[in-house]
Amino acid sequence: MVRMILTRLASMAASLLVASVVIFVMLQAVPGDPAAFMLGLNAQPDTVAALRADLGLEGGLPQRYLAWVAEMLTGDFGTSYTYRVPVAGLVVDRIGVSAPLAAYALILTVVIAVPAGLLAATRRGRPSDWGVMGATQLGIAVPNFWFAMLLVLVFAVKLRWVSAGGFPGWSDPVAALGALTLPAVALALPQASILARVLRGALIDTLDQDYIRTARAKGLSRRATTIRHALRNAAIPVLTILGLQFSFLLAGAIIIENVFFLPGLGRLIFQGITQRDLIVVQSVTMLLVFAVVAVTFAVELAYTLADPRLRRGA
Amino acid sequence: MRIGAVLTAIFALAALTSVVWVPHDTDVLDISQRNLGPSVLHLFGTDHFGRDMLSMLMAGARTSIAVALVAVGIGVGLGVPLGLLAAAHSGGWLDEVIMRGNDLIFAFPSLVIAILITAVFGPSALNAILAIGIFNIPVFARVARGGALPLWTLDYVMAARVAGKGRILISAQHILPNIANLLIVQATIQFSLGILAEAALSYIGLGAQPPTPSWGRMLADAQTMIYTEPQLALLPGLAIVFLVLGLNLLGDGLRDALDPRLRRVRA
Repeated sequence: MVRMILTRLASMAASLLVASVVIFVMLQAVPGDPAAFMLGLNAQPDTVAALRADLGLEGGLPQRYLAWVAEMLTGDFGTSYTYRVPVAGLVVDRIGVSAPLAAYALILTVVIAVPAGLLAATRRGRPSDWGVMGATQLGIAVPNFWFAMLLVLVFAVKLRWVSAGGFPGWSDPVAALGALTLPAVALALPQASILARVLRGALIDTLDQDYIRTARAKGLSRRATTIRHALRNAAIPVLTILGLQFSFLLAGAIIIENVFFLPGLGRLIFQGITQRDLIVVQSVTMLLVFAVVAVTFAVELAYTLADPRLRRGA
Repeated sequence: MRIGAVLTAIFALAALTSVVWVPHDTDVLDISQRNLGPSVLHLFGTDHFGRDMLSMLMAGARTSIAVALVAVGIGVGLGVPLGLLAAAHSGGWLDEVIMRGNDLIFAFPSLVIAILITAVFGPSALNAILAIGIFNIPVFARVARGGALPLWTLDYVMAARVAGKGRILISAQHILPNIANLLIVQATIQFSLGILAEAALSYIGLGAQPPTPSWGRMLADAQTMIYTEPQLALLPGLAIVFLVLGLNLLGDGLRDALDPRLRRVRA
C-alpha cells in the first residue's frame, strides 16, 4: 500500500516535471519581447532592459526555467505583463469562480447520472432503458458550448429568468449561484451522459454476479441489493471516469466561461492568450495540469482504498 | 448502426460535394440578402453577411471532417506503430518507455494543451489538427498494444517466430490485420471526438480562420446576434450534433458487428 502510494507519487512528480518543461519551452517559442510590449513603442532601451531584469527575462533558458519553477513552488506565479499585478492574486480571484463552477457541474453530473444509470440498468431492455440510452447518446453528441447557447436562448432571451452572462460576485450568494447555474448545467450534460452509460454498464456487470443472486436469495429486496451490493461494486469504474471528467470539466470551463463571460481561470487563460500575457498563460496552465494530475492521483488512491483486491495487488 | 452510417454518409457527401460545388459561393458577401429565412433560392436562408447557409454548412462540414480525419490519421500513423512496437517488446525497456510516455500525455488536460498549442503557434486549421492529433497518438498506441498482446501468445505467431520472422515483420503481417477491427472502431470514436474538439477550438477563435467556413466559427458569430437572429445559432449546432451522433452510432454498431462476444450482451 505504502509502496504503491510512493510509486504513484513519483510518477506524478515526473509528469509534473515534464509538463512544466513542455509548457515553459513552448511559451519561449512565442516571438516578441514582453518588456518591450509593456512599455510601448517609445520606450528607452535601458528602461526596457531594466524591466526585462525585473520580470526575470534575463539569463539563459535553464536559468529562467529554474527561477520560474522555484517561484511557482513558493506561490509566486510571476507578474502579469498586462495587468502589472502578481499572477497569484489574479488566480486567487478567478478560482473563486472556476472552482465553484467545476464543483457545481460535478455535483449536477452525479445527481443526473446516478439515478439515470440505476434506472437503465435495473430496467434493462425496457422503454426506460431505451429512453436513458437515447438521451445519453444525444447528450454525448451535443457540444457543450452550443448547449450553453441554447440555454441562454431559452432562459435568458425568451423567458428572461436569468441574465445571459456575467458574474455578480459572491457578496450576493443567491445571485452568484444563479449566474453559475446555466454554465454548470451546460458543463454537466455531456459528462452526465457519459457517466450514466458507464454506470449502467458497470451495474449490469455486477448485477449478473453470483453474490447478487445470493443476496436476493437470502431475502434482501431488489432495491436493497442494488444499492448495497451492486452500486458499491460499480463504484470503481464510476470513480475512475469521474476523475477523468474533472479534467474535461476544467477544460470545458475555459470554453463555457467564454460563452457566459464568467471571470474564471479559463477566461484568464484566454485573455492571456489574446493579450500575449504569456506569464499568465504559462502559470495558469501549469496550475491546471497540477490540478488534473493531483485529482487523478486522489482518485487512484480512493479506489485503491475502496477495493481491497487492488490494495493487496499493488 | 444503419442510422449512423446514413448520417455519416450524408455529411461526408456534403463535404465532398463542397470541394467542387456549393449552391452559392461562400466568399461572396451580399449584405442586401442578409438574415433571410428559408426560400427556394436559399434552402436554409442566409447569414448576417448574406451568405447562403446551406453552402456555409457544406463547406463547414469539409473543414470539420478534414481536420478530424487528419488528426485521426496522425493518431493512427504514429500511435499504432508505437503500440505494436511496445507489444512486440512487451516487458522490455522499449515497452516501458512508450507506455510511460503515453501516460504522460494522458495526464494532460487535452483541450487546455490544444488551446496552448494554437495560442503559441497561432490559430489555424493546421495547428488545430496538430493539437487534436497529438492526443490521438496515446489512444491508438494503447488500443494497438492491448489488442496485440494476447495475439503474441497464439500458435500462429509462434509458428511465424519459429519460421525465423522478425518481430516487426510479424507485427505487420500477422498482428496488424487481426487488430484492424479494434482500430477501426477506435478511429470512429476519435473521429467524432475530433469533430467536437475542432468545433470547440474554432468557436473560441483558435481553429480555422475566416474566410474558411467552420461550424464552430459560425456559432461564435451567431452568439453575438443571439438576441436578434437566434435562428443562425441553430443550424451549425444541429450539424455538429447529427454528424457526431452518426459517428457514435456507427462506432457502436461496428463494435457490436465486429466483436462476436458483444453481440450476445447487446441490449
